[in-house]
Amino acid sequence: MNHDTYPASLLRGILRRCKTMVMVGASPNWVRPSNFAMKYLQIKGYRIIPVNPARAGEEILGERVYSRLADIPEPFPMVDIYRNAEAAGEIVDEAISLAADKGIEVVWMQLGVRNDAAAARAEAAGLTAVMNRCPKIEYGRFSGELGWGGINTGIITARRQSVI
Amino acid sequence: MADEKDDFGIETRALHAGARPDATTGARSTPIYQTTSYVFEDIDHAASLFNLQTFGYIYSRLTNPTVAVLEERIASLEGGRGSVAAASGHAAQFLAFFSLMEPGDEFVSSRNLYGGSITQFGLSFKRLGWHCHFVDPTDPENFAAAITPKCKAIFIEGLANPGGVIVDIEAVADVARAHDIPLIVDNTLATPFLCRPFEWGADIILHSATKFIGGHGNSLGGLVVESGKFDWFASGKFPGMTEPDPAYHGLTFAETFGDFGYSMKTRAVGLRDFGPSLSPMNAYLLLQGVETLPLRMARHCDNAQAVAEFLEAHPKVDWVSYAGLKSSPYKALAEKYTPRGPGAVFTFGLSGGFDAGVRLVEACELFSHLANVGDTRSLILHPASTTHRQLSDEQRETSGTTPEVVRLSIGIETIDDIIADLDQALDKA
Repeated sequence: MNHDTYPASLLRGILRRCKTMVMVGASPNWVRPSNFAMKYLQIKGYRIIPVNPARAGEEILGERVYSRLADIPEPFPMVDIYRNAEAAGEIVDEAISLAADKGIEVVWMQLGVRNDAAAARAEAAGLTAVMNRCPKIEYGRFSGELGWGGINTGIITARRQSVI
Repeated sequence: MADEKDDFGIETRALHAGARPDATTGARSTPIYQTTSYVFEDIDHAASLFNLQTFGYIYSRLTNPTVAVLEERIASLEGGRGSVAAASGHAAQFLAFFSLMEPGDEFVSSRNLYGGSITQFGLSFKRLGWHCHFVDPTDPENFAAAITPKCKAIFIEGLANPGGVIVDIEAVADVARAHDIPLIVDNTLATPFLCRPFEWGADIILHSATKFIGGHGNSLGGLVVESGKFDWFASGKFPGMTEPDPAYHGLTFAETFGDFGYSMKTRAVGLRDFGPSLSPMNAYLLLQGVETLPLRMARHCDNAQAVAEFLEAHPKVDWVSYAGLKSSPYKALAEKYTPRGPGAVFTFGLSGGFDAGVRLVEACELFSHLANVGDTRSLILHPASTTHRQLSDEQRETSGTTPEVVRLSIGIETIDDIIADLDQALDKA
Protein backbone atom coordinates (compact mmCIF):
# COMPACT_ATOMS: atom_id res chain seq x y z
CA MET A 1 0.00 0.00 0.00
CA ASN A 2 1.09 3.58 -0.65
CA HIS A 3 2.01 5.06 2.73
CA ASP A 4 2.49 8.65 1.59
CA THR A 5 -1.20 9.34 1.03
CA TYR A 6 -4.13 7.36 2.39
CA PRO A 7 -7.64 7.39 0.90
CA ALA A 8 -10.11 9.23 3.12
CA SER A 9 -12.36 6.15 3.05
CA LEU A 10 -9.62 3.98 4.58
CA LEU A 11 -8.95 6.32 7.52
CA ARG A 12 -12.61 7.14 8.05
CA GLY A 13 -13.43 3.43 8.02
CA ILE A 14 -10.81 2.74 10.69
CA LEU A 15 -12.11 5.56 12.89
CA ARG A 16 -15.70 4.32 12.51
CA ARG A 17 -14.87 0.67 13.27
CA CYS A 18 -12.16 0.87 15.91
CA LYS A 19 -13.98 2.30 18.90
CA THR A 20 -11.39 0.83 21.27
CA MET A 21 -7.74 1.75 20.72
CA VAL A 22 -4.66 0.79 22.64
CA MET A 23 -2.22 3.69 22.90
CA VAL A 24 1.35 2.44 23.32
CA GLY A 25 3.54 5.16 24.83
CA ALA A 26 0.64 7.04 26.41
CA SER A 27 2.00 9.70 28.76
CA PRO A 28 0.46 10.95 32.02
CA ASN A 29 2.01 14.39 31.28
CA TRP A 30 -0.77 16.56 29.88
CA VAL A 31 1.46 18.57 27.51
CA ARG A 32 2.64 15.44 25.69
CA PRO A 33 1.02 14.74 22.30
CA SER A 34 -0.12 11.26 23.35
CA ASN A 35 -2.03 12.70 26.29
CA PHE A 36 -3.59 15.31 23.99
CA ALA A 37 -4.80 12.68 21.57
CA MET A 38 -6.06 10.38 24.32
CA LYS A 39 -8.04 13.17 25.95
CA TYR A 40 -9.59 14.23 22.65
CA LEU A 41 -10.51 10.75 21.51
CA GLN A 42 -12.10 10.02 24.89
CA ILE A 43 -14.27 13.12 24.47
CA LYS A 44 -15.33 11.76 21.06
CA GLY A 45 -16.48 8.48 22.62
CA TYR A 46 -13.47 6.24 22.09
CA ARG A 47 -12.19 3.87 24.74
CA ILE A 48 -8.42 4.35 24.98
CA ILE A 49 -6.34 1.73 26.82
CA PRO A 50 -2.86 3.06 27.72
CA VAL A 51 0.29 0.93 27.54
CA ASN A 52 3.41 2.29 29.23
CA PRO A 53 5.74 -0.10 31.16
CA ALA A 54 7.04 2.70 33.40
CA ARG A 55 3.48 3.49 34.52
CA ALA A 56 1.96 0.00 34.64
CA GLY A 57 -0.76 -0.29 37.25
CA GLU A 58 -1.30 3.51 37.46
CA GLU A 59 -4.12 5.38 35.73
CA ILE A 60 -3.97 7.88 32.85
CA LEU A 61 -7.15 9.92 32.25
CA GLY A 62 -9.13 7.37 34.24
CA GLU A 63 -7.85 4.28 32.41
CA ARG A 64 -5.61 1.58 33.91
CA VAL A 65 -2.12 1.45 32.35
CA TYR A 66 -0.74 -1.89 31.16
CA SER A 67 2.87 -2.88 30.69
CA ARG A 68 2.45 -4.54 27.29
CA LEU A 69 -0.19 -5.52 24.78
CA ALA A 70 -0.36 -9.14 25.98
CA ASP A 71 -1.41 -8.01 29.46
CA ILE A 72 -4.61 -6.33 28.28
CA PRO A 73 -7.47 -8.64 29.31
CA GLU A 74 -9.91 -7.72 26.53
CA PRO A 75 -10.03 -7.45 22.73
CA PHE A 76 -8.92 -4.28 20.95
CA PRO A 77 -9.08 -3.71 17.18
CA MET A 78 -6.38 -1.01 16.92
CA VAL A 79 -2.90 -0.32 18.29
CA ASP A 80 -1.79 3.33 18.11
CA ILE A 81 1.98 3.65 18.59
CA TYR A 82 3.54 6.72 20.23
CA ARG A 83 7.12 5.46 20.13
CA ASN A 84 10.07 6.04 17.81
CA ALA A 85 10.35 4.10 14.55
CA GLU A 86 12.69 1.45 15.96
CA ALA A 87 10.55 0.71 19.01
CA ALA A 88 7.47 0.75 16.77
CA GLY A 89 8.86 -2.26 14.89
CA GLU A 90 8.85 -4.42 18.01
CA ILE A 91 5.36 -3.30 18.97
CA VAL A 92 4.08 -4.12 15.49
CA ASP A 93 5.56 -7.63 15.81
CA GLU A 94 3.88 -8.04 19.19
CA ALA A 95 0.58 -6.92 17.66
CA ILE A 96 0.97 -9.41 14.80
CA SER A 97 1.52 -12.26 17.24
CA LEU A 98 -1.56 -11.24 19.28
CA ALA A 99 -3.79 -10.31 16.32
CA ALA A 100 -5.95 -13.43 16.30
CA ASP A 101 -6.25 -13.58 20.09
CA LYS A 102 -7.10 -9.88 20.61
CA GLY A 103 -8.92 -9.16 17.36
CA ILE A 104 -6.33 -6.60 16.21
CA GLU A 105 -7.06 -5.22 12.71
CA VAL A 106 -5.01 -2.03 12.55
CA VAL A 107 -1.54 -0.90 13.61
CA TRP A 108 -1.18 2.86 13.46
CA MET A 109 2.08 4.80 13.91
CA GLN A 110 1.94 8.41 15.03
CA LEU A 111 2.91 11.63 13.29
CA GLY A 112 6.63 11.53 12.52
CA VAL A 113 6.85 7.74 13.02
CA ARG A 114 7.47 5.59 9.99
CA ASN A 115 8.80 2.01 9.83
CA ASP A 116 8.11 0.65 6.37
CA ALA A 117 9.53 -2.81 7.11
CA ALA A 118 7.23 -3.19 10.12
CA ALA A 119 4.25 -1.98 8.09
CA ALA A 120 5.03 -4.55 5.40
CA ARG A 121 5.14 -7.33 8.05
CA ALA A 122 1.77 -6.18 9.41
CA GLU A 123 0.25 -6.16 5.94
CA ALA A 124 1.64 -9.61 5.20
CA ALA A 125 -0.12 -10.80 8.36
CA GLY A 126 -3.42 -9.37 7.12
CA LEU A 127 -3.43 -6.18 9.23
CA THR A 128 -3.89 -2.63 8.00
CA ALA A 129 -0.93 -0.34 8.67
CA VAL A 130 -1.07 3.47 8.87
CA MET A 131 2.06 5.56 9.45
CA ASN A 132 2.92 9.20 10.17
CA ARG A 133 -0.67 10.17 10.99
CA CYS A 134 -2.55 11.08 14.16
CA PRO A 135 -6.03 9.62 14.76
CA LYS A 136 -7.02 12.81 16.60
CA ILE A 137 -6.09 14.98 13.63
CA GLU A 138 -7.80 12.63 11.18
CA TYR A 139 -10.96 12.56 13.30
CA GLY A 140 -10.83 16.36 13.38
CA ARG A 141 -10.47 16.43 9.61
CA PHE A 142 -13.49 14.24 8.90
CA SER A 143 -15.65 15.94 11.52
CA GLY A 144 -14.65 19.36 10.16
CA GLU A 145 -13.32 20.43 13.57
CA LEU A 146 -9.81 20.77 12.16
CA GLY A 147 -11.14 23.51 9.89
CA TRP A 148 -12.25 25.46 12.96
CA GLY A 149 -8.58 26.21 13.46
CA GLY A 150 -8.03 27.27 9.84
CA ILE A 151 -6.50 23.93 8.86
CA ASN A 152 -7.12 22.66 5.34
CA THR A 153 -9.26 19.52 5.66
CA GLY A 154 -9.36 18.98 1.91
CA ILE A 155 -13.07 18.23 2.21
CA ILE A 156 -15.37 19.74 -0.40
CA THR A 157 -19.05 18.91 -0.04
CA ALA A 158 -22.41 20.64 -0.29
CA ARG A 159 -23.95 18.23 2.22
CA ARG A 160 -24.70 19.22 5.77
CA GLN A 161 -22.13 18.42 8.42
CA SER A 162 -22.32 14.87 9.79
CA VAL A 163 -20.22 13.48 12.66
CA ILE A 164 -17.52 11.69 10.72
CA MET B 1 -18.06 10.06 -0.76
CA ALA B 2 -17.39 13.53 -2.12
CA ASP B 3 -14.30 13.88 0.03
CA GLU B 4 -12.62 10.98 -1.81
CA LYS B 5 -12.00 13.35 -4.69
CA ASP B 6 -8.95 15.43 -3.95
CA ASP B 7 -8.39 17.25 -7.23
CA PHE B 8 -11.14 19.86 -7.23
CA GLY B 9 -10.32 22.82 -9.46
CA ILE B 10 -9.48 26.24 -8.14
CA GLU B 11 -12.84 27.72 -9.21
CA THR B 12 -14.66 25.01 -7.22
CA ARG B 13 -12.46 25.49 -4.18
CA ALA B 14 -12.88 29.28 -4.35
CA LEU B 15 -16.61 28.65 -3.77
CA HIS B 16 -16.67 25.62 -1.48
CA ALA B 17 -13.43 25.04 0.46
CA GLY B 18 -13.94 25.42 4.20
CA ALA B 19 -17.69 26.03 3.96
CA ARG B 20 -20.23 23.29 4.52
CA PRO B 21 -23.91 24.01 4.95
CA ASP B 22 -24.59 24.76 8.60
CA ALA B 23 -25.22 21.50 10.49
CA THR B 24 -28.23 22.83 12.41
CA THR B 25 -29.98 25.20 10.01
CA GLY B 26 -28.70 24.14 6.60
CA ALA B 27 -27.82 27.78 5.84
CA ARG B 28 -25.97 27.75 2.53
CA SER B 29 -24.15 31.08 2.67
CA THR B 30 -21.58 31.14 5.47
CA PRO B 31 -23.31 32.62 8.54
CA ILE B 32 -21.73 35.68 10.19
CA TYR B 33 -20.98 34.50 13.72
CA GLN B 34 -21.01 37.95 15.29
CA THR B 35 -20.06 36.80 18.79
CA THR B 36 -17.14 37.42 21.09
CA SER B 37 -17.30 34.12 22.96
CA TYR B 38 -18.67 30.58 23.06
CA VAL B 39 -20.38 28.62 25.85
CA PHE B 40 -18.42 25.74 27.38
CA GLU B 41 -20.15 22.40 27.91
CA ASP B 42 -18.58 22.02 31.37
CA ILE B 43 -15.36 22.71 33.26
CA ASP B 44 -13.56 19.77 31.68
CA HIS B 45 -14.48 20.93 28.16
CA ALA B 46 -13.29 24.43 28.98
CA ALA B 47 -9.98 23.10 30.29
CA SER B 48 -9.49 20.92 27.19
CA LEU B 49 -10.10 23.93 24.96
CA PHE B 50 -7.66 26.20 26.80
CA ASN B 51 -5.06 23.41 26.76
CA LEU B 52 -5.59 23.03 22.95
CA GLN B 53 -6.42 19.34 23.60
CA THR B 54 -9.68 19.61 21.74
CA PHE B 55 -10.72 21.70 18.74
CA GLY B 56 -13.32 24.31 19.50
CA TYR B 57 -14.16 27.92 20.02
CA ILE B 58 -13.31 29.93 23.11
CA TYR B 59 -13.09 33.58 22.18
CA SER B 60 -13.09 35.35 18.82
CA ARG B 61 -9.64 36.83 19.35
CA LEU B 62 -8.40 33.27 18.70
CA THR B 63 -10.95 31.62 16.45
CA ASN B 64 -14.35 32.40 14.97
CA PRO B 65 -16.47 30.16 12.74
CA THR B 66 -16.84 32.75 9.95
CA VAL B 67 -13.16 33.65 10.02
CA ALA B 68 -12.26 29.94 10.01
CA VAL B 69 -14.04 29.46 6.67
CA LEU B 70 -11.90 32.17 5.11
CA GLU B 71 -8.76 30.66 6.64
CA GLU B 72 -9.44 27.18 5.35
CA ARG B 73 -10.48 28.50 1.94
CA ILE B 74 -7.26 30.43 1.37
CA ALA B 75 -5.19 27.51 2.69
CA SER B 76 -6.96 25.34 0.11
CA LEU B 77 -6.48 27.78 -2.78
CA GLU B 78 -2.77 28.07 -2.01
CA GLY B 79 -2.38 24.30 -1.60
CA GLY B 80 -1.28 24.88 2.00
CA ARG B 81 -1.84 23.00 5.24
CA GLY B 82 -3.38 25.76 7.32
CA SER B 83 -3.77 29.48 7.69
CA VAL B 84 -4.36 32.19 10.26
CA ALA B 85 -6.32 35.34 9.46
CA ALA B 86 -5.46 38.76 10.85
CA ALA B 87 -7.01 42.22 10.87
CA SER B 88 -4.85 43.41 7.97
CA GLY B 89 -2.02 42.27 5.74
CA HIS B 90 0.42 44.20 7.91
CA ALA B 91 -0.86 42.44 11.04
CA ALA B 92 -0.47 39.06 9.28
CA GLN B 93 3.09 40.00 8.37
CA PHE B 94 3.89 40.86 11.99
CA LEU B 95 2.41 37.56 13.22
CA ALA B 96 4.31 35.55 10.60
CA PHE B 97 7.63 36.94 11.80
CA PHE B 98 6.72 36.82 15.49
CA SER B 99 6.44 33.02 15.26
CA LEU B 100 9.98 32.81 13.82
CA MET B 101 12.07 35.57 15.38
CA GLU B 102 13.81 36.20 18.70
CA PRO B 103 15.39 39.53 19.65
CA GLY B 104 18.74 39.77 17.85
CA ASP B 105 17.57 37.62 14.94
CA GLU B 106 17.84 38.77 11.34
CA PHE B 107 16.20 38.11 7.98
CA VAL B 108 16.86 38.93 4.35
CA SER B 109 14.23 40.71 2.30
CA SER B 110 13.79 41.82 -1.26
CA ARG B 111 13.97 45.61 -1.41
CA ASN B 112 11.15 45.72 -3.97
CA LEU B 113 8.23 45.87 -1.57
CA TYR B 114 5.12 47.80 -0.71
CA GLY B 115 6.41 51.00 0.94
CA GLY B 116 4.66 50.19 4.22
CA SER B 117 6.55 46.90 4.43
CA ILE B 118 9.89 48.64 3.94
CA THR B 119 9.01 50.88 6.90
CA GLN B 120 7.70 47.97 9.01
CA PHE B 121 10.82 45.87 8.39
CA GLY B 122 13.39 48.63 8.47
CA LEU B 123 12.15 50.75 11.37
CA SER B 124 9.43 49.16 13.52
CA PHE B 125 10.84 45.61 13.49
CA LYS B 126 14.22 47.08 14.48
CA ARG B 127 12.69 48.25 17.77
CA LEU B 128 11.84 44.57 18.51
CA GLY B 129 15.46 43.61 17.86
CA TRP B 130 14.72 42.09 14.44
CA HIS B 131 17.16 43.24 11.77
CA CYS B 132 16.30 43.19 8.07
CA HIS B 133 18.91 43.04 5.30
CA PHE B 134 17.38 44.48 2.09
CA VAL B 135 18.74 43.15 -1.21
CA ASP B 136 18.12 43.60 -4.92
CA PRO B 137 15.88 40.60 -5.74
CA THR B 138 16.68 40.43 -9.45
CA ASP B 139 19.67 38.18 -8.76
CA PRO B 140 18.84 35.29 -6.36
CA GLU B 141 22.52 35.13 -5.37
CA ASN B 142 22.06 38.45 -3.58
CA PHE B 143 19.93 36.67 -0.97
CA ALA B 144 22.57 34.01 -0.39
CA ALA B 145 25.29 36.67 -0.04
CA ALA B 146 23.32 38.55 2.65
CA ILE B 147 22.43 35.56 4.85
CA THR B 148 24.11 35.49 8.26
CA PRO B 149 23.97 32.73 10.90
CA LYS B 150 21.30 34.76 12.70
CA CYS B 151 18.97 34.91 9.66
CA LYS B 152 15.65 33.14 10.22
CA ALA B 153 13.83 33.77 6.95
CA ILE B 154 13.92 35.15 3.43
CA PHE B 155 11.06 37.44 2.42
CA ILE B 156 9.94 38.41 -1.08
CA GLU B 157 6.91 39.79 -2.85
CA GLY B 158 6.60 37.34 -5.75
CA LEU B 159 4.89 39.92 -7.92
CA ALA B 160 6.31 43.08 -6.42
CA ASN B 161 4.47 46.27 -5.54
CA PRO B 162 4.41 48.89 -7.03
CA GLY B 163 4.68 46.70 -10.01
CA GLY B 164 6.35 45.04 -12.88
CA VAL B 165 9.06 43.11 -11.03
CA ILE B 166 8.76 39.32 -10.76
CA VAL B 167 11.13 37.51 -8.42
CA ASP B 168 12.48 34.08 -9.37
CA ILE B 169 10.66 32.28 -6.54
CA GLU B 170 12.09 28.83 -7.22
CA ALA B 171 15.70 30.09 -7.23
CA VAL B 172 15.20 32.04 -3.99
CA ALA B 173 13.50 28.99 -2.43
CA ASP B 174 16.64 26.99 -3.24
CA VAL B 175 18.72 29.57 -1.34
CA ALA B 176 16.39 29.36 1.67
CA ARG B 177 16.46 25.57 1.66
CA ALA B 178 20.27 25.51 1.48
CA HIS B 179 20.31 27.60 4.68
CA ASP B 180 17.53 25.66 6.48
CA ILE B 181 15.31 28.73 6.77
CA PRO B 182 11.79 29.28 5.41
CA LEU B 183 11.01 31.36 2.34
CA ILE B 184 8.11 33.74 2.99
CA VAL B 185 6.33 34.96 -0.14
CA ASP B 186 3.83 37.80 -0.15
CA ASN B 187 1.38 36.61 -2.82
CA THR B 188 -1.00 39.57 -2.53
CA LEU B 189 -0.69 40.95 -6.05
CA ALA B 190 -0.75 37.59 -7.83
CA THR B 191 -3.34 35.76 -5.68
CA PRO B 192 -3.42 31.95 -5.79
CA PHE B 193 -5.35 32.12 -9.06
CA LEU B 194 -2.29 33.49 -10.87
CA CYS B 195 0.59 32.03 -8.85
CA ARG B 196 0.95 29.36 -6.16
CA PRO B 197 4.34 29.90 -4.49
CA PHE B 198 4.17 26.61 -2.52
CA GLU B 199 4.51 24.81 -5.86
CA TRP B 200 7.87 26.58 -6.30
CA GLY B 201 9.23 25.82 -2.84
CA ALA B 202 7.93 28.64 -0.63
CA ASP B 203 7.22 27.68 3.00
CA ILE B 204 4.95 30.50 4.18
CA ILE B 205 2.64 32.71 2.11
CA LEU B 206 1.27 36.06 3.23
CA HIS B 207 -1.73 37.93 1.91
CA SER B 208 -3.21 41.31 2.25
CA ALA B 209 -6.73 40.00 1.58
CA THR B 210 -7.74 43.66 1.42
CA LYS B 211 -6.56 43.60 -2.20
CA PHE B 212 -7.70 41.14 -4.89
CA ILE B 213 -8.86 38.37 -2.54
CA GLY B 214 -11.60 40.58 -1.11
CA GLY B 215 -11.41 42.52 -4.32
CA HIS B 216 -14.14 45.06 -3.74
CA GLY B 217 -12.30 47.60 -1.63
CA ASN B 218 -14.61 47.23 1.37
CA SER B 219 -12.71 45.28 4.04
CA LEU B 220 -9.22 44.97 5.48
CA GLY B 221 -7.81 41.54 6.22
CA GLY B 222 -4.64 39.49 6.08
CA LEU B 223 -3.58 35.85 6.13
CA VAL B 224 -0.56 33.77 7.05
CA VAL B 225 -0.58 30.44 5.16
CA GLU B 226 1.68 27.50 6.01
CA SER B 227 2.79 24.89 3.47
CA GLY B 228 3.24 22.22 6.17
CA LYS B 229 6.42 21.08 4.47
CA PHE B 230 9.11 22.97 6.40
CA ASP B 231 11.00 20.55 8.69
CA TRP B 232 11.50 22.56 11.89
CA PHE B 233 13.35 19.73 13.64
CA ALA B 234 15.78 19.16 10.77
CA SER B 235 16.48 22.90 10.55
CA GLY B 236 17.31 23.19 14.23
CA LYS B 237 17.10 26.98 14.03
CA PHE B 238 13.66 27.45 15.59
CA PRO B 239 13.59 26.50 19.27
CA GLY B 240 10.23 28.27 19.52
CA MET B 241 8.79 25.52 17.30
CA THR B 242 10.77 22.49 18.46
CA GLU B 243 11.28 23.02 22.19
CA PRO B 244 8.70 23.35 24.97
CA ASP B 245 7.21 26.83 24.66
CA PRO B 246 6.97 28.69 27.99
CA ALA B 247 4.30 30.89 26.40
CA TYR B 248 2.07 27.81 26.18
CA HIS B 249 2.71 25.73 29.32
CA GLY B 250 5.65 23.90 27.79
CA LEU B 251 3.82 22.69 24.69
CA THR B 252 6.11 21.82 21.75
CA PHE B 253 4.21 23.10 18.73
CA ALA B 254 6.02 21.25 15.92
CA GLU B 255 5.73 17.96 17.79
CA THR B 256 2.15 18.17 19.03
CA PHE B 257 0.64 19.59 15.82
CA GLY B 258 3.05 18.21 13.24
CA ASP B 259 2.70 19.86 9.87
CA PHE B 260 0.42 22.63 11.11
CA GLY B 261 2.45 23.50 14.21
CA TYR B 262 3.45 26.90 12.83
CA SER B 263 -0.18 27.87 12.24
CA MET B 264 -1.11 26.75 15.75
CA LYS B 265 1.73 28.74 17.28
CA THR B 266 0.88 31.81 15.23
CA ARG B 267 -2.70 31.61 16.49
CA ALA B 268 -2.26 30.37 20.06
CA VAL B 269 0.62 32.70 20.90
CA GLY B 270 0.72 35.50 18.30
CA LEU B 271 -3.00 36.22 17.95
CA ARG B 272 -3.65 35.49 21.62
CA ASP B 273 -0.99 37.87 22.94
CA PHE B 274 -1.16 40.70 20.40
CA GLY B 275 -4.79 40.43 19.32
CA PRO B 276 -4.98 41.70 15.71
CA SER B 277 -7.93 39.42 14.90
CA LEU B 278 -10.06 39.62 11.78
CA SER B 279 -13.68 40.57 12.48
CA PRO B 280 -16.39 38.08 11.42
CA MET B 281 -18.10 40.75 9.30
CA ASN B 282 -14.90 41.44 7.36
CA ALA B 283 -14.27 37.71 6.97
CA TYR B 284 -17.75 37.36 5.44
CA LEU B 285 -17.18 40.22 3.00
CA LEU B 286 -13.77 38.86 2.03
CA LEU B 287 -15.37 35.43 1.45
CA GLN B 288 -17.86 37.02 -0.92
CA GLY B 289 -14.89 38.34 -2.86
CA VAL B 290 -13.04 35.02 -2.92
CA GLU B 291 -16.00 33.32 -4.59
CA THR B 292 -15.43 35.29 -7.80
CA LEU B 293 -11.62 35.55 -7.56
CA PRO B 294 -10.93 33.40 -10.65
CA LEU B 295 -13.37 35.38 -12.82
CA ARG B 296 -12.17 38.73 -11.60
CA MET B 297 -8.45 37.98 -11.90
CA ALA B 298 -8.85 36.82 -15.49
CA ARG B 299 -10.58 40.11 -16.40
CA HIS B 300 -8.14 42.22 -14.34
CA CYS B 301 -5.27 40.66 -16.30
CA ASP B 302 -6.92 41.11 -19.72
CA ASN B 303 -7.62 44.77 -18.99
CA ALA B 304 -4.15 45.39 -17.54
CA GLN B 305 -2.49 43.95 -20.63
CA ALA B 306 -4.55 46.22 -22.90
CA VAL B 307 -3.82 49.32 -20.80
CA ALA B 308 -0.09 48.53 -20.66
CA GLU B 309 0.03 48.19 -24.45
CA PHE B 310 -1.89 51.47 -24.87
CA LEU B 311 0.50 53.32 -22.54
CA GLU B 312 3.62 51.88 -24.15
CA ALA B 313 2.54 53.44 -27.45
CA HIS B 314 1.67 56.84 -25.93
CA PRO B 315 4.04 59.76 -26.68
CA LYS B 316 3.93 61.20 -23.14
CA VAL B 317 4.95 57.88 -21.58
CA ASP B 318 8.66 57.08 -21.24
CA TRP B 319 8.38 53.51 -20.05
CA VAL B 320 5.85 50.93 -18.82
CA SER B 321 6.83 48.31 -16.26
CA TYR B 322 4.36 45.48 -16.85
CA ALA B 323 5.68 41.94 -17.03
CA GLY B 324 3.09 41.03 -19.66
CA LEU B 325 4.75 43.33 -22.23
CA LYS B 326 7.23 41.90 -24.72
CA SER B 327 9.60 44.71 -23.74
CA SER B 328 9.65 43.67 -20.07
CA PRO B 329 12.84 42.07 -18.74
CA TYR B 330 10.52 39.96 -16.56
CA LYS B 331 8.50 38.50 -19.43
CA ALA B 332 10.14 35.06 -19.13
CA LEU B 333 9.61 34.93 -15.35
CA ALA B 334 6.00 36.02 -15.87
CA GLU B 335 5.42 33.13 -18.27
CA LYS B 336 6.88 30.74 -15.71
CA TYR B 337 5.21 31.97 -12.51
CA THR B 338 2.05 33.72 -13.72
CA PRO B 339 1.04 32.03 -16.98
CA ARG B 340 -2.51 33.39 -16.70
CA GLY B 341 -1.19 36.97 -16.56
CA PRO B 342 1.11 38.99 -14.30
CA GLY B 343 -1.63 40.71 -12.34
CA ALA B 344 -3.13 44.15 -12.77
CA VAL B 345 -0.90 46.46 -10.74
CA PHE B 346 1.97 48.16 -12.52
CA THR B 347 3.82 51.41 -12.95
CA PHE B 348 4.76 53.67 -15.81
CA GLY B 349 6.95 56.74 -16.15
CA LEU B 350 5.83 60.10 -17.49
CA SER B 351 8.25 62.13 -19.53
CA GLY B 352 6.94 65.22 -17.67
CA GLY B 353 8.22 63.97 -14.28
CA PHE B 354 6.75 64.75 -10.83
CA ASP B 355 4.50 67.63 -11.95
CA ALA B 356 3.04 65.61 -14.84
CA GLY B 357 2.30 62.79 -12.37
CA VAL B 358 0.35 65.14 -10.11
CA ARG B 359 -1.57 66.61 -13.09
CA LEU B 360 -2.42 63.19 -14.49
CA VAL B 361 -3.81 61.89 -11.21
CA GLU B 362 -5.89 65.02 -10.75
CA ALA B 363 -7.27 64.87 -14.30
CA CYS B 364 -8.72 61.35 -14.06
CA GLU B 365 -12.50 61.00 -14.01
CA LEU B 366 -13.01 57.21 -13.90
CA PHE B 367 -9.82 56.18 -12.11
CA SER B 368 -10.07 56.64 -8.35
CA HIS B 369 -7.16 58.50 -6.77
CA LEU B 370 -6.46 56.52 -3.61
CA ALA B 371 -3.90 54.44 -1.74
CA ASN B 372 -5.07 50.90 -2.38
CA VAL B 373 -4.74 48.27 -5.07
CA GLY B 374 -6.79 45.26 -6.08
CA ASP B 375 -10.22 46.88 -6.18
CA THR B 376 -12.84 46.01 -8.82
CA ARG B 377 -12.52 49.69 -9.79
CA SER B 378 -9.50 51.14 -11.57
CA LEU B 379 -7.18 53.02 -9.23
CA ILE B 380 -4.37 55.51 -9.77
CA LEU B 381 -1.65 56.79 -7.47
CA HIS B 382 1.47 58.93 -7.69
CA PRO B 383 3.70 57.14 -5.11
CA ALA B 384 6.35 59.88 -4.78
CA SER B 385 3.74 62.32 -3.46
CA THR B 386 1.76 59.81 -1.36
CA THR B 387 2.51 56.20 -0.23
CA HIS B 388 6.26 56.34 -0.72
CA ARG B 389 6.85 59.93 0.40
CA GLN B 390 8.31 58.80 3.76
CA LEU B 391 11.10 56.93 1.98
CA SER B 392 14.52 58.46 1.30
CA ASP B 393 15.51 59.34 -2.28
CA GLU B 394 17.71 56.25 -2.30
CA GLN B 395 14.86 54.01 -1.12
CA ARG B 396 12.57 55.54 -3.76
CA GLU B 397 15.18 54.79 -6.39
CA THR B 398 15.63 51.16 -5.32
CA SER B 399 11.92 50.48 -4.80
CA GLY B 400 10.98 51.92 -8.19
CA THR B 401 9.01 54.94 -7.00
CA THR B 402 11.00 57.83 -8.47
CA PRO B 403 9.17 61.17 -9.08
CA GLU B 404 7.90 60.42 -12.61
CA VAL B 405 6.32 57.10 -11.61
CA VAL B 406 2.55 56.55 -11.66
CA ARG B 407 1.01 53.36 -10.29
CA LEU B 408 -2.15 51.84 -11.71
CA SER B 409 -4.39 49.08 -10.42
CA ILE B 410 -6.55 48.14 -13.36
CA GLY B 411 -10.17 47.30 -12.57
CA ILE B 412 -12.82 45.33 -14.36
CA GLU B 413 -14.71 48.20 -16.00
CA THR B 414 -15.24 48.16 -19.79
CA ILE B 415 -11.74 48.29 -21.25
CA ASP B 416 -12.58 51.07 -23.74
CA ASP B 417 -13.75 53.28 -20.88
CA ILE B 418 -10.57 52.67 -18.87
CA ILE B 419 -8.36 53.59 -21.81
CA ALA B 420 -10.49 56.61 -22.75
CA ASP B 421 -10.10 58.04 -19.25
CA LEU B 422 -6.33 57.63 -19.26
CA ASP B 423 -6.19 59.10 -22.76
CA GLN B 424 -8.01 62.29 -21.78
CA ALA B 425 -6.02 62.63 -18.55
CA LEU B 426 -2.72 62.17 -20.38
CA ASP B 427 -3.73 65.03 -22.69
CA LYS B 428 -3.78 67.28 -19.60
CA ALA B 429 -0.64 65.85 -17.94
